[in-house]
Amino acid sequence: MTLNVSELESHGTDDLVEVEGLEQSSVAGRSPMQLAVARFRKDRLSMVSLFFSIIIVLCAIAAPILVAAGVLHPNAVHQELLGNDGVTPKGGWSGVSGSHWLGVEPGLGRDLGARLMLALTYSLAIALTATALTVFIGTVLGIVAGFSRGIVDGVVGRFIDLTLSFPQTMMLLALSSPAVLFLRTTMADVPGFGVLEDRDRATGLYVIIILAAFGWPPVARVVRGQVLSLREREYIDAARLLGASRFRLYFKEVLPNVWAPVLVYVTLLVPAYISAEAAFAYLGVAIKPPTPTLGNILADSVNYTSADPWFFFVPGIVLALTVVVFNLVGDGARDALDPKTDR
Amino acid sequence: MTTEPVDELKPHPETSSLTGTPILEVEDLKMYFPVKSSGFLRRTIGHVQAVDGVSFQVRSGSSLGLVGESGCGKSTTGRLITRLYEPTAGRIEFDGRDIANLSERELHPLRRDIQMIFQDPYTSLNPRHTVGAIVGAPLAIHKVVPKDKILARVQELLEIVGLNPEHYNRYPHEFSGGQRQRIGIARALTLQPKLLVADEPVSALDVSIQAQVVNLLQDLQREFNIAFLFVAHDLAIVRHFCPEIAVMYLGKIVEIGDRETLYARPNHPYTQALLSAVPDVKQAKVGGRRERIRLEGDLPSPINPPSGCRFRTRCPIAQDICARVEPPLLQVGPTHKVACHFPGEVGKHPEKPITPRLLGVDDSGMPDLAAGPATDLPTGPGYSDTWFDLEHNTMGRA
Ligand SMILES: Nc1ncnc2c1ncn2[C@@H]1O[C@H](COP(=O)(O)OP(=O)(O)OP(=O)(O)O)[C@@H](O)[C@H]1O
Ligand code: SF4
Ligand SMILES: [Mg+2]
Repeated sequence: MTLNVSELESHGTDDLVEVEGLEQSSVAGRSPMQLAVARFRKDRLSMVSLFFSIIIVLCAIAAPILVAAGVLHPNAVHQELLGNDGVTPKGGWSGVSGSHWLGVEPGLGRDLGARLMLALTYSLAIALTATALTVFIGTVLGIVAGFSRGIVDGVVGRFIDLTLSFPQTMMLLALSSPAVLFLRTTMADVPGFGVLEDRDRATGLYVIIILAAFGWPPVARVVRGQVLSLREREYIDAARLLGASRFRLYFKEVLPNVWAPVLVYVTLLVPAYISAEAAFAYLGVAIKPPTPTLGNILADSVNYTSADPWFFFVPGIVLALTVVVFNLVGDGARDALDPKTDR
Repeated sequence: MTTEPVDELKPHPETSSLTGTPILEVEDLKMYFPVKSSGFLRRTIGHVQAVDGVSFQVRSGSSLGLVGESGCGKSTTGRLITRLYEPTAGRIEFDGRDIANLSERELHPLRRDIQMIFQDPYTSLNPRHTVGAIVGAPLAIHKVVPKDKILARVQELLEIVGLNPEHYNRYPHEFSGGQRQRIGIARALTLQPKLLVADEPVSALDVSIQAQVVNLLQDLQREFNIAFLFVAHDLAIVRHFCPEIAVMYLGKIVEIGDRETLYARPNHPYTQALLSAVPDVKQAKVGGRRERIRLEGDLPSPINPPSGCRFRTRCPIAQDICARVEPPLLQVGPTHKVACHFPGEVGKHPEKPITPRLLGVDDSGMPDLAAGPATDLPTGPGYSDTWFDLEHNTMGRA
């Protein structure tokens, strides 16, 4: 097939562009998002943190696969590696060796590296699910509150204040047994929710619900604040004028304009929830071993401060690194999306 | 405002025939915004009388210009017509149907026929949507075109408004102000409206490209037979675009008429002051120059407008009657109405008010039994074929 050159030339020329003197080529095809990505990539610290957080996420994804493939053995007991007291591993350093890179647990001699890797899977799954739920509730309530003046806005506002002033930890502890019991019995009877009979699953869900139930207000506040200014923009009037539905106004016109600050919140919520899971575990509300989470390993490790310092430090360091790395990515995202803020 | 764009504007047919069927008829339209007290209870402590009883017609395929100072209620009027606001009172008859109090659901099908071009091309386009999504949104919302045909229609529209149809997947920030305004125009055209409210469509643009956009609007008007309500404070552009012009002051129309009469023989002191501030191209060419009339003082608050004639606090020829009685919008020519007790050309205002006999008051505005009862003056939109003859001071016809 031959192309007609004259046709090609007439096609796509725009003399008005010249008349109005606009430099098009330099920014052609770049959305605000693409510009933010470019800024993010220029920041070395953000890129390094992103690299490490990707490795952490890959570990979390790989762990259950490796367990299934028989490569990792997080639950294999190694009594033979423990010393004469039957608790602390032989030979100091928690029994670090070629086959157990991070040593073994005191007491049962399970491989610490394998347990931590699988713990990342559970902890990240809890943190990410809770974040998704938090952002969903916060964004929807924030948009609805911001858009509807008057009563609805007031109700959501009071609701936010109430939630923020609630003693979250007390609630968490007080409700933990009855709530988990409820999930394992009543909820598990609902068709489709049978999986909740498992205690770990029910506890995991309870932790997720508590995190989201107390985590959404700041998201709703940020979103509401954004929407308050966005709803006065003329493009919202333009959409109204076209007869756009409420749904369209909220989620097609406004949502794409609020998700930048929400995204920043997401990247900061994930590490916050990872540490929250650990804190809950310390208070006794957590998935219980043998299923590993960063929280329950850490809660166990504090019993060995002097008897097995290596075992005390390693889980703490893994948790700290994970949280810091995710936080740095969040900071980088915030700076990239809003170049005006200073660090 | 410079006069440059005027020179570049395409010539317009110098006809002033205000015939043609009205597609929009507005009568006694009012919009009062409540003013709330601060604090917990937020009681309503007053009202901004943004629009207070305006009446006019827009004829099919024609355009009415709405001019006046900032804050006089032009945008509010436009937003009432498009029903972004629900009026406090009044009638908005579009295509034979009163739409003033229709619900959003009842309005939905009518939304296709009345569209709006916004003033600020930087906030009127959603920064997160591509041009294709923006221009195609009306089609998606009203489901007039099957999904796979939307792109073709969008490209067609982009071409019509003079943009490169291949740019449909770009974002608004990649375009200049003038191009963005063209995108807004394309969006307004998408549903083939019968009436376009253009709220200062070029005043945010660079002077050098204003004329291009005005010419585009004019071409579109001719091609698609669209009626315009053209809001502007640039009198030169309104004069160019609109065969009929209404001058607003503090929520009311003070003078309305065909372009030629209004520019050549304005009768209201406010119109005269407005026009004297504009360099007149034609007179400049002849070498003459209008005497500039200065407006004293600030615009009064629309929460608490002056009694009687709202312009009296700044009017150079105000007298006692002006504070006591509100002047009716009186027809003084075949297509000319003015709301003043002393209407007349510059320097030829009558010494005595012309309105007392019609209103049943004496020359200082006090109720006067001897003057007889007030005459029933026509107050509706449009023009009648009888009017008040200023030379003979009687109702009559030419
Ligand atoms: N939503 C609103 N709530 C309260 N007051 C309003 C509202 N919109 C407009 N007003 C007031 O109504 C009056 C008329 O405003 P409007 O925007 O119609 O003026 P305008 O003639 O378009 O002025 P401009 O040339 O500045 O655009 C102003 O005093 C304004 O403060
Ligand atoms: S009515 Fe009186 S105050 Fe109003 S414009 Fe006429 S002369 Fe001036
Ligand atoms: Mg305005």
